[in-house]
Amino acid sequence: MAVTVKIPTQLRAATSGSAELSAAGSTVGEVLDAVFAEHGDLRERITEGGELRRFVNVYVGGEDIRFGDGMETAVDDGAEVTILPAVAGG
Amino acid sequence: MSVSNLRCKECCAEYELGASYFCEQCFGPLEVTYDFSGLEAEETRRRIQAGSGGIWRYSDFLPFDHQAGDPLEPGMTPLIRADRLAARIGTDAEIWIKNDAANPTHSFKDRVVAVAIAKALELGYDTVACASTGNLANAVAAHAAAAGLDSYVFVPSDLEEQKLLATDIYGTNLVGVRGNYDDVNRLCTQLADERPWAFVNVNLRPYYAEGSKTLAYETVEQLGWQLPDRVVSPIASGSLFTKIARGFEEWIEVGLVAGSLPTFNGAQAAGCSPVATAFADGSSVCRPQKPKTIAKSLAIGDPADGPYAVELARRTGGAVDSVDDEEIRAGIRLLAETTGIFTETAGGVTIGVLRKLAERGELRSGEKVVAYITGEGLKTLDANRDSFSLTEIDPDPASFESRFGQEVAV
Repeated sequence: MAVTVKIPTQLRAATSGSAELSAAGSTVGEVLDAVFAEHGDLRERITEGGELRRFVNVYVGGEDIRFGDGMETAVDDGAEVTILPAVAGG
Repeated sequence: MSVSNLRCKECCAEYELGASYFCEQCFGPLEVTYDFSGLEAEETRRRIQAGSGGIWRYSDFLPFDHQAGDPLEPGMTPLIRADRLAARIGTDAEIWIKNDAANPTHSFKDRVVAVAIAKALELGYDTVACASTGNLANAVAAHAAAAGLDSYVFVPSDLEEQKLLATDIYGTNLVGVRGNYDDVNRLCTQLADERPWAFVNVNLRPYYAEGSKTLAYETVEQLGWQLPDRVVSPIASGSLFTKIARGFEEWIEVGLVAGSLPTFNGAQAAGCSPVATAFADGSSVCRPQKPKTIAKSLAIGDPADGPYAVELARRTGGAVDSVDDEEIRAGIRLLAETTGIFTETAGGVTIGVLRKLAERGELRSGEKVVAYITGEGLKTLDANRDSFSLTEIDPDPASFESRFGQEVAV
């Protein structure tokens, strides 16, 4: 199953400039692991000890995964996973 | 001028003073840093007192290397002693109300926007934008108009009508997003990555947030160069709450005021209380919530500065409390009846929590408590519509006597 992972500008140095990646997986955790397998630098940038860093937000189809099952949140074929900084707003 | 650079609040990585807002290493928020070692207290105090009548008098503590200014200068809003309010809530603490509805667009957001727009002009932007729960929308639209900049204002489409009308009038591009504030915020974070615009509370957020420090500076000046003992402030993202503390800390550091940081009490609406919940749970992780409250200006379910707000309340011996919609309405009415100040729902939250602190006996006798009223009641009229009463009579004295005769017996 392939999903699209959207990468913010500030992380694109770690993806050879790509704004979008295609990855396989049925949960957010699996998708991110697939991305990290290709782009190893990303792992440390957005996770710490296997968990997302506290100022990183991940969305599946626009919904914050903390309203789902976190890293276990299911990802359907063709879904869009978006990684964004959490420090905006207010 | 003392401004130095941007620094990550998490890992302390340093960045130049540009339009960046999060750390590329760890995603932590960036904050403006200063070097105050060149500021001598008495000379600085004189410069402040000889300065403008609003926030630009504090230029030594704002993120510019020049004297900034703007045609819609906010600040120096009234600080009022509220003895009748104190009596009604049964406390013998000194209660002070900082009425920040008395700004150009009637909320504290004029402070942060004035700083952000000055920075946008300095960085050469011709378009500004924001994600807003309403008050920020008003301020961005107005200050952009005054500065001659284009603007795009993104709000939840179900916002109070008064806040929509009072934004669109300034000739902005008003965009109603079908979703809650956190959806608007996510959208703007994505757009900020692609558009060459200054999003005041996204890519200019480190500068924007600095504007809230001026509330602390004014409080100190207006109390006769003294610190309050306690602060009660609403919490939405947690930026205002934590920056008021930073303002006090900076002035203590420079020697403009003596003493220690006041106790910080945060106020949230029960229907959107991720920070109060984290505080109550003894956690610093604010789990996001789906907001359901009449206090729409505080309806941020995923607060960017939530962990720092919890930490501030804990280290100053304060707390973060929440009040429900009925307590919010009662708070609005209580403030209006005892001070003549009509505040919006966020102010109702603040006064509701102030009352709660008094009832719990947490306000000490004689201590100076400053409650920050951040917005104007005319912007959230629907909140009190149900409690509104009008006695209708015919235009003759007998009709009046028949309804009020007993009450006005002479």
